[in-house]
Amino acid sequence: MTKTFLAAFAVCVLLSAGLAAADTPRDAILTEFLSQAKSADPGFAGFSATRGETLFRGNHAGGKPDTPSCTTCHGAAPQDKGRTRAGKEIDPIAVSAAPKRFTDPAEVEKWFGRNCNSVLGRECSAVEKGDFITFMMGQ
Amino acid sequence: MRKWIILAVLLGGAPAALADERLPPITNEAVKKECGACHMAFQPQFLPQRSWRKMMDGLSDHFGEDASLPEATRLEIAAYLEANAGDVSGSREGRKFVKSIAADQSPMRITEVPRWVGEHRGEVRESAWSDPRVRSKANCVACHRGADSGWYDDD
Repeated sequence: MTKTFLAAFAVCVLLSAGLAAADTPRDAILTEFLSQAKSADPGFAGFSATRGETLFRGNHAGGKPDTPSCTTCHGAAPQDKGRTRAGKEIDPIAVSAAPKRFTDPAEVEKWFGRNCNSVLGRECSAVEKGDFITFMMGQ
Repeated sequence: MRKWIILAVLLGGAPAALADERLPPITNEAVKKECGACHMAFQPQFLPQRSWRKMMDGLSDHFGEDASLPEATRLEIAAYLEANAGDVSGSREGRKFVKSIAADQSPMRITEVPRWVGEHRGEVRESAWSDPRVRSKANCVACHRGADSGWYDDD
């Protein structure tokens, strides 16, 4: 019981430490997606790593036939390198393995723009982008 | 006098011989970064201007993927590729590639240019292309280690 409480407390401390450090470029990007999500839905409760993982691993219809999933190129393990269809290595997408991920707003927009269109056949919403980044921050 | 002729032949002839299966390295940073993000940045000398124009006008479906770029970047890259295309650059190998293409064709894949096909036929067995270390004919560096800097003379 005490252990559970302590663990929960530790999680809270870590989470608030994370939130307090809202001055990193990645936090600024997430904050921007959060404000977009809230303006689309004032009751939006926050990003979800679980939803982000579902988006990452899912097989999607509607996109281009050669790229049904994010994992087609990024691979199933976000900590590992991926590979493009042309055979070139892709840096890992997990933040723990590639700390520069999701820190340049122009790159983030470029890649979500291209890859959501390739995989889903449409733009991603701010919620989807925030969920995705949130998942990768925990990987 | 004869000495000068020999010297001229040496100076004029040597670089042409050395340039065989070598292409000038790409010098534009946007080309290196953006084209090189998903595949090796292929030297523009491999295709004629008309191919690059078509390529850069169709980035939203680039060999089955969306490779769209901000317009300013797209224009910068298109200008570099067209200025260094095989039919306008001085590259000897580039001229050979473009010469092998029928005038009414605008190939999008370098690997479908007749000169490319001819250079690999008989030298590379079919199963090599699906080797996990190669994976794609677009992966020049899997075998030509110096391809990234324009060096293909190692086969």
